[in-house]
Amino acid sequence: MSDLAADPSAVAELPRTKTDWLPLAIVPALALAALPFVGEPSSWVTLTVAGLAMGMMIFLMASGLTLVFGLMDIINFGHGVFISLGAYATLLVLGPLAGWAQAESVWLNLALLMLCILAAMAVTGIVGAVFERVIVRPVYGSHLKQILVTMGGLIVAEQAIHAIWGASPIPIPLPETLRGAFILGDVVMERYRVFAVAVGLAVFVAMQLILNRTRIGLLIRAGVENPEMVEALGYRIRRLFVSVFVAGSALAGLGGVMWGFYRQTLTAGMGMEVMVLVFIVIIIGGLGSVGGCFVGSILVALVANYVGFLAPKLALISNILVMALVLIWRPQGLFPVARR
Amino acid sequence: MTATSAPTGLPFDETTPRKGALQTILSSDLPRSKVLSFILLAILLVLAATPFLFSGSQPISTAAKICVFIVLVASYDLLLGYSGIVSFAHTMFFGIGGYGVAIALERLGATWTSVGLGLAAALGSSAVLAVAIGLLSLRVRAIFFSMITLAVASAVAVLASQLSDITGGEDGLSFQLPHALRPAFRLLSEPFLGTVVNGRILAYYLLFFVALGTFLLLLRIVNSPFGRVLQAIRENEFRAEALGYRVVAYRTVASVISALAATVAGALMALWLRYNGPDTTLSFSIMIDILLMVVIGGMGTMYGAVIGATLFVLAQSYLQVLMEAGSTALSGIPVLPNLIHPDRWLLWLGALFIVSVYAFPGGIVGRLRQGRSSQA
Repeated sequence: MSDLAADPSAVAELPRTKTDWLPLAIVPALALAALPFVGEPSSWVTLTVAGLAMGMMIFLMASGLTLVFGLMDIINFGHGVFISLGAYATLLVLGPLAGWAQAESVWLNLALLMLCILAAMAVTGIVGAVFERVIVRPVYGSHLKQILVTMGGLIVAEQAIHAIWGASPIPIPLPETLRGAFILGDVVMERYRVFAVAVGLAVFVAMQLILNRTRIGLLIRAGVENPEMVEALGYRIRRLFVSVFVAGSALAGLGGVMWGFYRQTLTAGMGMEVMVLVFIVIIIGGLGSVGGCFVGSILVALVANYVGFLAPKLALISNILVMALVLIWRPQGLFPVARR
Repeated sequence: MTATSAPTGLPFDETTPRKGALQTILSSDLPRSKVLSFILLAILLVLAATPFLFSGSQPISTAAKICVFIVLVASYDLLLGYSGIVSFAHTMFFGIGGYGVAIALERLGATWTSVGLGLAAALGSSAVLAVAIGLLSLRVRAIFFSMITLAVASAVAVLASQLSDITGGEDGLSFQLPHALRPAFRLLSEPFLGTVVNGRILAYYLLFFVALGTFLLLLRIVNSPFGRVLQAIRENEFRAEALGYRVVAYRTVASVISALAATVAGALMALWLRYNGPDTTLSFSIMIDILLMVVIGGMGTMYGAVIGATLFVLAQSYLQVLMEAGSTALSGIPVLPNLIHPDRWLLWLGALFIVSVYAFPGGIVGRLRQGRSSQA
């Protein structure tokens, strides 16, 4: 063993993992294919940006779920409640700092949003830790019980939101400078959507860097492949599990903030409503694959936008059609995760 | 855990000759607990006699709802308890049944033929959908099934509310029943036992007997060799496959049977309400109610469906009154009155649900049976 490790040429000869480009090519191909049907390039840009923004928000909400599934083999049907909770947590910041939202300053507005995101991630992270300890831990290993128990957790948490913040929808206005749209020539892009794309891309890049370039990411990827081996090598896989669950919940909280400002109204059921999309996305991407979840989110959102523009009635079931097509092509999703 | 692992091996001993009519009717799957038998008998008798025991429309509506939900929950139990797969599309089939009858009665006029046609069309489309979902998702992993059913069910719910030309959209459809089921119809000219036997009561008995028949049929199915294979797959998929049972085929057939029974329940619900809309049959909250009923009553026990549905519908109708009283008694204290506000009754059932999954996987029925076997 030590001879091998000492010989640099042997390390260099490790087979490189092949990148599966085909699913990645679908997204640009789809966008280009839609261009002639949409006709006007300006409306095509608007639709594409809107689709990308929607996709990024879905990705933010779905990434935590797929990460948790990949590492811990836990399917959390209560994930949606973290989305709602994150959105409601913005009220903690928006209440005392209402003045910042009305200010004309871009920096003050962005600072406010960042504070909202931090508050939401803190709240959902803490609740996630409790959720993992109380609800999920006793049912490791049994999917059936996980689904049931996390549904139970969802019911209780949703009702708790009602009890704390009241049952009626709460309006949350966007900060002043994020309203309206950028207009470049005859292309209209809503500012908030551009912001959402930026946040989504930043989170995706950060996740990829952490997963692929850091020690903790290495441990997580190793844990996905073979948790027993990671444990046998002396790492506390439990602690890793809990931290990934907390991170996943916090990501849902972040997605919830973005989603809440996008809808501009808060309801306790908002997380569960979007969960349908989230599930479709992680199935398309391949359960447990962060990259697949990213591609899947954008794919679903773009298709929904183009179809909604071209044939509004069909848009209602376009997600299901995309999912069915992908599953017929690759029954395990776009990027199947190697299962032990 | 469930009926299969109960310490008494008796009900699975296929060699004992069946004796008695009761054994035949209940497919040799007796309640196996004195308390449980007593409760079940009480529910059966009260449901059978509701129109004559109580006056007013509230009790008979509650009883009708219990009958419908017993079928709905029992058919869900076939999937969840006996096959070990979680579907979120059960309300979709419930809704298809309701819409089938509603659309037929609205379009084709209030005759028995339209009821039959509507039900047949609904059963057909339910079966096709169930097969399609099963083949698409049960091939890979059972967990896909849960997520895909959730997605498909929500798409169907959106379609039903958008295609308002056919389904009436959010408003739903109101329709006339065949003459014999209308309140104006009189079966007997004289009141019987102090109650006027009108079309409403006939409708109730139609519901009651169809529900009873469907329940007994489901009981028969889960106690047939087919039901045994389902339980074998639930306990150990690989072993069942290795023994030569085609797991996907069995699971798909189970989901079709369950879908058909749910469709019947939906048709009954629409017949009783003389209305069908997204909120009465299709909404996701009904799906959650069904889950609560199955788990609290007892998964994989069929009788759990009876207990769960009865308890839940009664709680839905009468628990809120109790909580109202509690909430006003505690007014003045922060948050606490909010927690037992009458609208928060689901919070407590949700907590009960979680406790049930952990502590009593067999639900109430499992608990009662355990009590009996520890005495014996």
